[in-house]
Amino acid sequence: MSDVTGPIVTADGVPLKRKLAQAMFRSRARAFGLALPLLAFIIVAFIIPILTLLWRGVHDSRFADYMPRTTEAVAQWDTKSPITEDMAAAIVADMVVAKKKHTIGRVATRVNRELPGTRSLFTSTARKAKKMKPPYLEALLKKDEKWGDNATWQAIKITAKTYTPAYLLQAVDLKYNADGSITRQPERYRIYMKLLIRTMRISLIVTLATLVLGYPVAYLLSTLPVRTSNLLLILVLLPFWTSLLVRTTSWIAILQSEGVLNNLFVLFGITTDQQRFSMIYNETGVLIAMTHILLPFMILPLYSVMKTIPPSYVRAAKSMGARPATAFWRVYFPQSVPGIGAGALLVFILAIGYYITPALVGGEDGQMISNMIDFHMRKSLNWNLAAALGAVLLVVVLFFFWLYDRLVGIDNMKLG
Amino acid sequence: MSTVSKEDGFVVFDHVQKSYDGETLVVKDLNLAIGKGEFLTMLGPSGSGKTTCLMMLAGFETATHGDILLGGKPINNIPPHKRGIGMVFQNYALFPHMTVGENLSFPLEVRKMGKAEREEKVRNALDMVQMGDFINRRPAQLSGGQQQRIALARSLVFEPDLVLMDEPLGALDKQLREHMQYEIKHLHDQLGVTVVYVTHDQSEALTMSDRVAVFDDGVIQQLATPDDLYERPENAFVAQFIGENNRLVGVVKDISGDVATVEVDGGGVVTAKAVNCGGAGGRTTLSIRPERVKVGADGGPNRTDAEVLELIYLGDHIRCRMRVLGNEEFIVKIPNAADNKRLVVGEKTTVGWETEDCRALDAS
Ligand SMILES: Nc1ncnc2c1ncn2[C@@H]1O[C@H](COP(=O)(O)OP(=O)(O)OP(=O)(O)O)[C@@H](O)[C@H]1O
Ligand SMILES: [Mg+2]
Repeated sequence: MSDVTGPIVTADGVPLKRKLAQAMFRSRARAFGLALPLLAFIIVAFIIPILTLLWRGVHDSRFADYMPRTTEAVAQWDTKSPITEDMAAAIVADMVVAKKKHTIGRVATRVNRELPGTRSLFTSTARKAKKMKPPYLEALLKKDEKWGDNATWQAIKITAKTYTPAYLLQAVDLKYNADGSITRQPERYRIYMKLLIRTMRISLIVTLATLVLGYPVAYLLSTLPVRTSNLLLILVLLPFWTSLLVRTTSWIAILQSEGVLNNLFVLFGITTDQQRFSMIYNETGVLIAMTHILLPFMILPLYSVMKTIPPSYVRAAKSMGARPATAFWRVYFPQSVPGIGAGALLVFILAIGYYITPALVGGEDGQMISNMIDFHMRKSLNWNLAAALGAVLLVVVLFFFWLYDRLVGIDNMKLG
Repeated sequence: MSTVSKEDGFVVFDHVQKSYDGETLVVKDLNLAIGKGEFLTMLGPSGSGKTTCLMMLAGFETATHGDILLGGKPINNIPPHKRGIGMVFQNYALFPHMTVGENLSFPLEVRKMGKAEREEKVRNALDMVQMGDFINRRPAQLSGGQQQRIALARSLVFEPDLVLMDEPLGALDKQLREHMQYEIKHLHDQLGVTVVYVTHDQSEALTMSDRVAVFDDGVIQQLATPDDLYERPENAFVAQFIGENNRLVGVVKDISGDVATVEVDGGGVVTAKAVNCGGAGGRTTLSIRPERVKVGADGGPNRTDAEVLELIYLGDHIRCRMRVLGNEEFIVKIPNAADNKRLVVGEKTTVGWETEDCRALDAS
């Protein structure tokens, strides 16, 4: 035993701990330096855009920016009592400014989202606002009866909130009321939950279908000699070499009612010429095309896991008297679970955000949540709702991630 | 035990051939009868077809030709899980997702055995290999030697009549390997189970087996008890493969009775026991064990000149490399006894051996 007391020092007298920390720092700095370009790219091109978009899901300052006086006035209002002259005066004053600065259109659009039909109320009133004289409430009422309606002002009060849960609630078919209460959307507006459920259903079915189709193939690949399995693996990967668009459209050619498959069905008398199956422009079409497109993402992780399972395990099980089926279920299958988990998670997450395929072959009832996000981004220009829908999707994905971690364990996942 | 006939053998290979690719025979005409309760080892260099034989017996490979019989019945068409053969794999093949207890219980479960009976058998099997405390561990939490014992216990827990072991000790260090050899042998004696054991470690084969089948190139070169194999090798391959061996090649001049007179290529004539050398005029390989060579004046009938080339001190004996009859790799083991004269490198002396210690074998 040595009689060292106090900290251990290196030959040049520096405490060992500090020396070690220095050495570690250098290697960490090196690692960080190597990863820095990619990190910067990811932050700029991925994290910042996502965060800003998600931000829009809860933040909307348009009304508050363009109509500051009204914003202040409705903040005092309790949504039940009659409209006051102060509120009327504030909105007229704001409208005059907004009209001059050409921002009234944006304000009108925003309020119109809360209460359909108010767009023209705003634009037409704003045109007259400059000439209005006090008492303003009377002047407004003379212009349009709706200014006396509490519903109009409640819509304004909701819109005036800069930080609002309204979009997120709307994305799950709930309605945020002016008095701060939350109710379900009226029946005919409840579309997003239905869509979300359909999206999850499609994703689950696609995941199961790729698993059922991919598992035997991956097993076969893992048992073949390397030369043959490499060749087959190239065939599995072949779809990656053709454009996604081409693959999707070729499914149209095959599945449409005058398509290859239906012609064959008619030829073999499985159906008649009048009753051709509709396998495209609906959910069926989406399921078929997505299963095909996502299959490699299931096969590859499965294959890479199965390749590492030595055949001696199943042999050992058989030598101990297990029938082939028992040997498979009790010994082989449990060891392939990490591959199933990785493949299923990958396919499910890819599927839940899938966009092109449902857009092309989905028709009316095969649309998924991403198609709705796209609609709000490009058609209705309601980016806030699009962001809120995106956030909901993200939460769903994270939930499944969490569930996976609980059931299988994330460190059990093998992607290759 | 050294004579088990085809009729009373428990395991019989009858003219078995095996080819994987349809071009070369990996196993060529294998005939082997293993008695009940016997410990038979298949010994041979890498690629000689040992594992293939074992796999055919276990049912994971089919024989290209010939019959394999188990307890008198051909088993070619019986699937592996109905053969009731225990097996220890080279990499142990313990199921990583099951605990030690579940691993051992598996063969009993598939036999639909009741829970209480199962637990008792698992406990007994674990106690047998002194691993009772490890029942709840996973294989990954065990050392190599411990895993090996579990694999052994698992292959025995369902009380098979026949256990196959494919180089079960290959991954262990020397000390542990020797310890496990002893334990396996002990279990074999205790349980009376028939064991077919594969190894390419000759000392392992010699210490454990009732009989050893020496494989080379898909053929059994010799099937004999360990002492026969060492002391009475029947051909040059076996003599060379088992233990240390001095080789001298030459031409048979004359055979009288079982004594052959051989003219060695390096010059000089010696007498040897004719074992497998053909008639006069044929070439032969002479095999002499290093410990049967005597150094100095009292050398016996075959006296010849020798020069000391190298000495290696090994404590209990001294290994001496000599030039004898033109062979510079001639090894002699000299016991480190008090009265033995010390040799020095470069010294010229004589060596000799008894005629029956020098075996005239085939020219390989
Ligand atoms: N599945 C297979 N397909 C083709 N050839 C094989 C196969 N398994 C073994 N062989 C060949 O058969 C021959 C004998 O192999 P085997 O595994 O029986 O040898 P072994 O005696 O067990 O060798 P080792 O001591 O290295 O384990 C070898 O030449 C090997 O290349
Ligand atoms: Mg082998």
